[in-house]
Amino acid sequence: MSTTKWIAAAAVGALLIAGQALAADKKVVAVSIPAADHGWTAGIVYHAQAAAKEINAAFPNVEVIVKTSPSASAQVSALEDLSAGRKLDALVILPYTSEELTTPVKAVKDAGTFITVVDRGLNDSSIQDLYLAGDNIAVGRNTAKFLIDRLEGKGNLVVLRGIPTVIDDERIKGFQDAIQGTDLKVLDIQYANWNSDEAFKLMQDYLAKYPQIDAVWANDDDMLLGVLEAVKQSGRKDIKLALGGNGMKDIVKKVIDGDAMTPVETPYPPAMIKTAIYMTVANIVGQAPVRGTVKLDAPLITQENAKEYYFPDSPF
Amino acid sequence: MTIIASSTAIRPEREWNIGWTDVGPFVALVVLMLIGFLINPDFLSATNLGNVVTRSAFIAIIAVGATFVISSGGLDLSVGSMAAFITGITIMFMNRMAPEWGVLAIPAGMTVAIVVGLLCGLMNGLIVTIGKIEPFIATLGTMGIFRALITYMSDGGSIPIDRSLRDAYRPVYFGTFVGIPLPIIISVAVAAVASFILYKMKYGRKCAAVGANEDVARYSGISIIKTRTIAYAIQGTCVAVAAICYVPRLGAATPTTGVLWELQVITAVVIGGTALRGGKGHVWGTVAGAVILELIANLMVLSDFVSEYLVAGVQGVIIIIAMLIQRFSK
Repeated sequence: MSTTKWIAAAAVGALLIAGQALAADKKVVAVSIPAADHGWTAGIVYHAQAAAKEINAAFPNVEVIVKTSPSASAQVSALEDLSAGRKLDALVILPYTSEELTTPVKAVKDAGTFITVVDRGLNDSSIQDLYLAGDNIAVGRNTAKFLIDRLEGKGNLVVLRGIPTVIDDERIKGFQDAIQGTDLKVLDIQYANWNSDEAFKLMQDYLAKYPQIDAVWANDDDMLLGVLEAVKQSGRKDIKLALGGNGMKDIVKKVIDGDAMTPVETPYPPAMIKTAIYMTVANIVGQAPVRGTVKLDAPLITQENAKEYYFPDSPF
Repeated sequence: MTIIASSTAIRPEREWNIGWTDVGPFVALVVLMLIGFLINPDFLSATNLGNVVTRSAFIAIIAVGATFVISSGGLDLSVGSMAAFITGITIMFMNRMAPEWGVLAIPAGMTVAIVVGLLCGLMNGLIVTIGKIEPFIATLGTMGIFRALITYMSDGGSIPIDRSLRDAYRPVYFGTFVGIPLPIIISVAVAAVASFILYKMKYGRKCAAVGANEDVARYSGISIIKTRTIAYAIQGTCVAVAAICYVPRLGAATPTTGVLWELQVITAVVIGGTALRGGKGHVWGTVAGAVILELIANLMVLSDFVSEYLVAGVQGVIIIIAMLIQRFSK
């Protein structure tokens, strides 16, 4: 009886020690991102979870934890929870807002954690060890270049804007700077808040207002879906091109299928969170130097390279 | 001769007095259309007006239901989220059944939508009446619940309808009957049924009585709980009808479907002449209110003088002016 007890106690003790040793060996990488509340953030969540799964399987001594938060204040609490129990080796964060998250991220940094910031920057750029983002100006510029090329430098355009934010402003600026000096004329530009329903209505109104439209730029794929439906309903034949942006799978599929109205796409891919997580882990596991700023370009997605940007299982 | 002359002089005046609250929104509507025509003659083109009235159908149908709720002294903030939720459930059901039932999945899905809508409305109603929770808080709660459910069901992305059903279902939004777009016919039918219930049936009078003065209604032997619960159930059913018309438009439900519809709905009801504190409801005024809201948005795009940054502000001003026209034309 007592021998059994002793053996059991020894076994439990050994397990405890082993468990602690294992935990101590594991490098912890926390990923803090917004919860999925629209297509693009849904893509962020999907790719972050995919990266965590792949890395946890590939590197037994690394543990990637993904935590989603529905608001800025919830993200602040999530940071506190993540860093309360144990030491984080790295934090990959896509901040909800720059203002509210700057101080909490600094607190995590002060505890000796490697900080990777994705997409939205913090107010104090000295906090981040690695900053990774897409290029919104290039999204506008590359779309404009394609339109100039395809329409041979002249034609009537209508443009749909998103929600008034820096992201939207940069895209529009990149676009307008690129078409300056050409005979492409922007007939109208209005907000449709990155919403398909509002884009549908706005496009109907554009069609009623202008008898001749050569191309539409929707600046985002959710809005492009509404635009395409309105054009289809009108039965108008003058609209040659309708382009979006972001890299939604339905639109990338159109590019793969060689759609006449939407032959190209400009990415602002949510998969960038995956790039950030892999780079961070490369630093921790492989001692690869990654400190710095990485700006993903927004190369045109065409029929040739579309496969690289097509994620059929992603919600976006 | 004199007799005829005097009788024709009196009659129009009497009708005038009776109908003012009902006529008010339509006067505002006509004034808006005149302004629209002066700004841009394309405004009155058949295609443009057809588009505008067709897309006001969702808000109009939901707002007809809201006329019951508001008339009975309640409020429902959950309608936008509920519309998204019902749309999601309906599409998922249709997609599930499409391989076995083919196109028949569409009418089956519509039935599911109505049942789900009725149950959602009933739930709101029971929380408010049996649970005795302020309608504002109760429906603010269910608004969050429905929004979270559609986000969960779609993983934050979108729930698209099966390709095999898409073309068969498309006419429900884009089709016409004797030249009139179907959504317009559906919303007129909904409003006609609603005005029959509200003005010709006993329930309608109970509804207004409960909204006007709860205590008096109770002493008159009217069941407050039953009357209000039924109003919420009607609201839920109307949301379901709107969802049925909405699905074929873009063929998908997303977490941003129906965002802020509740505010448009309440605005349409109030522009239509129903008091927010309850009392007599004005079904046709509500429909006019919904059309007015869409017309204003349309006018903003068709006119060239408003900067894209100021559109929402000018819309707000026009809504207030429209209400003032009604107030002073009394």
